[in-house]
Amino acid sequence: MTAKTLGGPPEIQVRALYKSFGDNEVLKGIDLEIGRGEVVCVIGPSGSGKSTLLRCVNLLEEPTKGQVFVGGTELTDPDVDIDAVRRRIGMVFQQFNLFPHLTVTENLTLPQRRVLRRGKAEAARVAAENLGRVGLAEKADAYPSSLSGGQQQRVAIARSLSMGPEVMLFDEPTSALDPELVGDVLAVMRRLAEEGMTMMVVTHEMTFAREVADRVVFMDGGVIVEDGTPARVIGAPRHERTRHFLSRLLDPAMAEVEEETSDQVGGSD
Amino acid sequence: MADTDAVVQPRKKGLTRRQKRSLSRGAQYAVFVAAVIAFAVSADWGRLKNQFAQADIAEQMFPDVITLALKNTVLYTLSGFAVGLVLGMVIALMRLSSVGPYRWFAGVYIEIFRGLPALLIFIFIGVAVPLAFPGTEIVGGTYGKVALALGLVAAAYMAETIRAGIQAVPKGQMEAARSLGFSPARAMVSIIIPQAFRIILPPLTNELVLLFKDSSLVLFLGVTLEERELSKYGRDLASTTANSTPILVAGLCYLLVTIPLGFVVRRMEAKAQEAVK
Ligand SMILES: Nc1ncnc2c1ncn2[C@@H]1O[C@H](COP(=O)(O)OP(=O)(O)OP(=O)(O)O)[C@@H](O)[C@H]1O
Ligand SMILES: [Mg+2]
Repeated sequence: MTAKTLGGPPEIQVRALYKSFGDNEVLKGIDLEIGRGEVVCVIGPSGSGKSTLLRCVNLLEEPTKGQVFVGGTELTDPDVDIDAVRRRIGMVFQQFNLFPHLTVTENLTLPQRRVLRRGKAEAARVAAENLGRVGLAEKADAYPSSLSGGQQQRVAIARSLSMGPEVMLFDEPTSALDPELVGDVLAVMRRLAEEGMTMMVVTHEMTFAREVADRVVFMDGGVIVEDGTPARVIGAPRHERTRHFLSRLLDPAMAEVEEETSDQVGGSD
Repeated sequence: MADTDAVVQPRKKGLTRRQKRSLSRGAQYAVFVAAVIAFAVSADWGRLKNQFAQADIAEQMFPDVITLALKNTVLYTLSGFAVGLVLGMVIALMRLSSVGPYRWFAGVYIEIFRGLPALLIFIFIGVAVPLAFPGTEIVGGTYGKVALALGLVAAAYMAETIRAGIQAVPKGQMEAARSLGFSPARAMVSIIIPQAFRIILPPLTNELVLLFKDSSLVLFLGVTLEERELSKYGRDLASTTANSTPILVAGLCYLLVTIPLGFVVRRMEAKAQEAVK
């Protein structure tokens, strides 16, 4: 924790962000700052706009209104070289999105070579280093389809790290994994946090949020409802909506019942 | 006695399902065998053999039928395929473009060239183009003309195949590439198109088979002796020898290529099916 420069200039800054898909307004005025080296977990019910917010931060979704800054560069400026900015922002997807036609090593070297124009030897060196970092050095020549979900996700993290990002975005990185594989991925992310990476993590892993995050942001209905330390937001939520969400997470049986009833309501219109 | 009667009774009413099935299968075999016999008896095998299977005429076709005719057929096919692939790729990308006029042009191209018989395209290239642009020569002479005519037709089909292949690559692939800093064009070339081609290899190979047969339309361009392909060569020889054996030999040469290719396509399709599972 001491290595972190909390309170420095924000690495990620989101100002008055709105996003609509057609008539469906998904983000309704988001303001968020993430300092250098800070780890922020975003939690909230399904459909609350967590993924959309994360995808707006690297402009995979174009905001309808508002500004996004990363490392001092405004991404929402129409004249910005978006490809250049994205190299500084790593993104890890729920579905891994490894390139299935390439080996693990090629997944890591091709982006370096094509995008960063690194030489063959350097790209290979960086790839090997990052594969070691996620504990998968022995899978260098395997194809993604031969790996478990947890291994694929760790390769995806290593692929992002190989580009030398200043910021890492994670969209439910463990949600597609069998429960016994979640731990390995979280361990990699935990180490990354300890090394001082700026991280924005959409997750349902409350233990991870409580132990690793500097801040937890609770979103509901396209707005940020609560923003504070894990102990505050998870331990002593101020808002009824947060309490409701957390109680459902901690009591899945009850969540199921509620989901069924809400499905029925949704199905009848 | 009474007991067994009771059990057997329901079976005596009409046929069981099993009996019906074997009866119907038996009937199908009978019809087929009868048709074959009728055909074999009524055909005049002697005359057929004279007309289509003269060993000495067949012998006289070698090695030219391979070294000249089959070689030219292969050359025409491959050059047409190359032109079609490049043009088809361009049209597929135009079809997927965000620029309206590109999409529109690609759509019109595809409709026109899929809707016209290939023969008309050959005649058009052979007659209309020299008329419209007097003095200009299509590069490569006959080879160039054939490559162009076959390519124009093939491109329309391949464009649709390639477009479908590109769209079959999951959206997450483009998103992962973009988030790593790939530009849209570079992501397309390095990440999406290689995966699309894996998906469409079977239909593309099928297109090759179709082109292989369509190359026979060279017949209508007017070619020199050296430029003849299988169909033209077979027909010419058939008229000089007043015998149809050359047609049969030419036909066998087509099958020599198309049957193994078809086999390869089915193998690839089966493999792709397995990969999905
Ligand atoms: N590309 C899109 N086109 C149209 N609507 C979209 C699109 N992406 C998201 N939405 C809508 O935006 C809303 C928020 O979606 P989002 O994926 O951001 O929610 P989320 O909080 O990440 O939910 P989850 O926990 O299920 O992942 C949903 O109602 C969704 O249907
Ligand atoms: Mg989501």
